[in-house]
Amino acid sequence: MNQNYEKYYVPAESPWPIVGAIAMFLIAVGAGLTVMQVSGEGSSGQYVLYLGIAILVYMVFSWFRNVIEESHKGLYSAQMDRSFKQGMGWFIFSEVMFFMAFFGALFYARMISVPWLGGAGNNAMTNEVLWPTFEAVWPLLTTPAGETTQAMGWQGLPLINTLILLTSSVTIHFAHVAIENNKRGALKVFLSLTVLLGVIFLGLQVYEYMHAYQDLGLTLDAGVYGNTFFLLTGFHGMHVTLGTIILFVVLLRIFKGHFTSEKHFAFQAAAWYWHFVDVVWLCLFVFVYVL
Amino acid sequence: MSNVINEQATGHAHHDHHHPAKGFKRWLYTTNHKDIGSLYLIFSLTMFLIGGAMAMVIRAELFQPGLQLVDPHFFNQMTTVHGLIMVFGAVMPAFTGLANWMVPMMIGAPDMALPRMNNWSFWILPFAFLILLASLLMPGGGPAFGWTFYAPLSTTYSNDNTALFVFAVHIMGISSIMGAINVIVTIVNLRAPGMTWMKLPLFVWTWLITAFLLIAVMPVLAGAVTMVLTDKYFATSFFDAAGGGDPVMFQHIFWFFGHPEVYIMILPAFGIISTIVPTFSRKKLFGYASMVYATSSIALLSFIVWAHHMFTTGMPVAGELFFMYATMLISVPTGVKVFNWVATMWRGSISFEIPMMFAIAFIVLFTLGGFSGLMLAITPADFQYHDTYFVVAHFHYVLVTGAVFSIMAGAYYWLPKWTGNMYNETLAKWHFWLSLISVNVLFFPMHFVGLAGMPRRIPDYALQFADFNAIISIGGFAFGLSQLLFVLVVFKCARGGEKAPAKVWDGAEGLEWEVDSPAPYHTFETPPEIK
Repeated sequence: MNQNYEKYYVPAESPWPIVGAIAMFLIAVGAGLTVMQVSGEGSSGQYVLYLGIAILVYMVFSWFRNVIEESHKGLYSAQMDRSFKQGMGWFIFSEVMFFMAFFGALFYARMISVPWLGGAGNNAMTNEVLWPTFEAVWPLLTTPAGETTQAMGWQGLPLINTLILLTSSVTIHFAHVAIENNKRGALKVFLSLTVLLGVIFLGLQVYEYMHAYQDLGLTLDAGVYGNTFFLLTGFHGMHVTLGTIILFVVLLRIFKGHFTSEKHFAFQAAAWYWHFVDVVWLCLFVFVYVL
Repeated sequence: MSNVINEQATGHAHHDHHHPAKGFKRWLYTTNHKDIGSLYLIFSLTMFLIGGAMAMVIRAELFQPGLQLVDPHFFNQMTTVHGLIMVFGAVMPAFTGLANWMVPMMIGAPDMALPRMNNWSFWILPFAFLILLASLLMPGGGPAFGWTFYAPLSTTYSNDNTALFVFAVHIMGISSIMGAINVIVTIVNLRAPGMTWMKLPLFVWTWLITAFLLIAVMPVLAGAVTMVLTDKYFATSFFDAAGGGDPVMFQHIFWFFGHPEVYIMILPAFGIISTIVPTFSRKKLFGYASMVYATSSIALLSFIVWAHHMFTTGMPVAGELFFMYATMLISVPTGVKVFNWVATMWRGSISFEIPMMFAIAFIVLFTLGGFSGLMLAITPADFQYHDTYFVVAHFHYVLVTGAVFSIMAGAYYWLPKWTGNMYNETLAKWHFWLSLISVNVLFFPMHFVGLAGMPRRIPDYALQFADFNAIISIGGFAFGLSQLLFVLVVFKCARGGEKAPAKVWDGAEGLEWEVDSPAPYHTFETPPEIK
């Protein structure tokens, strides 16, 4: 244990953090101005947004390239590797808490706000005076204001998507076993399969959204059922997209011969992230679709 | 912690590629925890002055009843942005700066665990606040819904620039999360051999727990602003009863973040006070282990008390009772801390250097703020106090004479270590006494006007409150001006002064006093041995 401490490694100065900060500044300003245009006013912000995203992507590539080069030079100690792993773990925890906010909103709407609007507890007068025709049911297909929509069933596409994601969790586990046993061929097959399953999931998700908008009238603004449905599945979809991109980059690196059976932090981080995305989907499937 | 064998390897020259770049590039590209700590602290002081200037606008308007100087919409922007800047721009970055400077030195690490990410998390902050401040100058003005941005004030009734506020909060949240991850990983992974958990200095312990709170709740804040964004711009109805949502839901989500946030701003303060009081009492901290457990208990309890901010929203009685008792429970571990500090001083050989004076002021005045908090925790009493100046008095006692005083104490305590020079004692004494007196003139009468029913966040008030408000405003201006003295002390100290020895305070313990003053650019490249 003690030999890990023999020499600490402090990475050299780098321009990428400040470039990243500028990118996030442009993204925040650009996104803000773009959203403001939605309600009619404001100047053209989307170019600022695109510029910010482009700089961020450039920054991420350059930063990671530096890190990979340093790693290949053998500069990183086992301690550094632990720091990376722990950092990734806490990042995933923060992501879990982000989803908790939206699950919290879902539970609050289902268990509290919708029943109260229907007169539960001591809220009989809320219902009687404000929304006399409103009935508290979930999924909320008719809002107190009278907007109607249809519910998304769980049996068709969502069930298939669940199976796809679960399968992808298994394939990435096999890929993990393969990389640890230095079976490069199996690794490439299983990781490619995982990426493919991720892409299919996303494709089906887009199809489901089209179905919701065109056939069901289930839209983002269709009351709190549609709100929670689209924000939860939407943010999950964004995370799957990011996870697929990460896995794809890792796959390219594997084809370039990166990683060994001992040192493969990037692969491991990507795998953890993928499992996290999977678990979130399982919760989504149960609480958004089935129940 | 007592027998520290000092094996710091500051003289070893094998890290020649780590000399800082010249000029401003050093500050943009740095991976050095001391540079980044300084950046955080300078940024925080700047924001403290800007946020303070806004408080001056508020107090000038409230100096006399009636609308005098600014228009009410601008007044609302001032109260909102004052709160946002002081919470996210002044107090939190100050603690992060102190953590950056001190945590690696206290645990015998060469730097933070993820130095580049450290630099990134700092540099996001100035940009985030640039967006927030710039929105004040845009047509329609800046955020005017209070720093708590309750729906529907922030959705239905907010101006069109709210999106900029939302994204500014997003990126400052990302900055906080990255900073917190860095602190946790540093403490867990970079402790020198022999630095076991129960040998950690309390400042490190409190920051470890603070960092956990940050990672747990900043994403929830991100969720809350996101829902505000979609409610305002994309016609969702999370916080709108017509679509099945509920404005009260906003308050639940916000305060699930907001209450742990309160402890994020006070736990590191506890750590600083637990460092300073033993030094100047020349005794070991009384009840070290109980301090660790009390800090953890406060952190855990902070997750189940949020709705005490919302007693008047019409929660079911069972909920009000639960949150009332849970809140009162927090006074137990907090009391443990206060008694431990007092017991540390008991029969100590106390000397009254500036850090100690601020620390003692902290203990007395923070406790006062704690007591008013206990009053607010009582549900039926809160029905009376809610949204009055009593609340304003309460949280300014815990945040100004609490958090800010602890930051001042820490700054005076470690300034000689940072700069290598002693600060000007006379000026510092003036700063302390002027601050202490003026801050009480400023905040103490707020209790009375609050109990008498003066509502917060209103630019005008009934004639009966006129005298008290004039006194409060005078206290406010005096407190604001006194802080310029602090800027002067820091500036002079950085420029020069009496040279400080490695161990600046004779009663001080800890690894940071084993290295030279000023601390060398790189410390502990080879870990010290702790026995």
